[in-house]
Amino acid sequence: MHGYANPTRFLKIARPVTAWLLGIGLLLLAAGVWGGLAMTPPDYLQGETVRILYIHVPAAWLGMAGWASIAAASISQLVWRHPLAAVAGRAIAPAGATFAALCLATGSIWGRPTWGTWWEWDGRLTSMLILLFLYLGYIALASAERERGGDGRMAALFGVVGAVNLPIIHYSVLWWRTLHQGQSISVAQGSSIAPELLWPLPLTMLGFTALFAAVVLMRMRAELARQKVEARLRRSTAE
Amino acid sequence: MNQWAFVVAAYGVTAVATVALIAWAFVSMRSAEAEADALKRRK
Repeated sequence: MHGYANPTRFLKIARPVTAWLLGIGLLLLAAGVWGGLAMTPPDYLQGETVRILYIHVPAAWLGMAGWASIAAASISQLVWRHPLAAVAGRAIAPAGATFAALCLATGSIWGRPTWGTWWEWDGRLTSMLILLFLYLGYIALASAERERGGDGRMAALFGVVGAVNLPIIHYSVLWWRTLHQGQSISVAQGSSIAPELLWPLPLTMLGFTALFAAVVLMRMRAELARQKVEARLRRSTAE
Repeated sequence: MNQWAFVVAAYGVTAVATVALIAWAFVSMRSAEAEADALKRRK
């Protein structure tokens, strides 16, 4: 793992992997969306609006997984001083923020016909909104540190501390029984969703995850190229 | 209440945001790498 923290080795792998992730992600997403919109039956209770599940759940998963990855990268940066850890954290943040915002937006659109309201200060919705604000704070802090020539340690600390919100989001439906439904899929108990409605979900989950990973790799490549340009310019100014 | 209107709105918002995110990441990567390559060739 530590071997791949070398930027040159990373770029050698990242270049072909980016194109593969984009291609596979788009194919899986197209299949999942087609299945979710055209092949699954409407739900007996929610009707057609159940189809929002296939985009809302992956957005929630990526919003949370994005912050978990930022926390892991931050620990790598603080403990092992991996040269790519800060770059990875900064690359993940915009993608994670986008999916956290999409989770809130699609949830709100889904809430109107099912709950009769666009928004409710429910435990799950509020903790997800806090996650979006954490992303925005992280992006602002990391950019400010980068502009000042800092090593990104403050952003890394923020990344680790912000991870406290992840179990709050996960258990919010158990701790505060309000409007948001409880967990429908769990590793221990399986799924309470009917199989004929469930099958497109893994496709969209994997498709969005592959696209998320491709975006992170593209952001990391952009950041490394920018660092290379800055280093060359600094060297030529010194000469 | 037309349920499909909500489905279309949710998928539309997601499609626009996802395409914009990928396009932004791709364009910024290409321009940063092109700048780095141009600087490398000049040396």
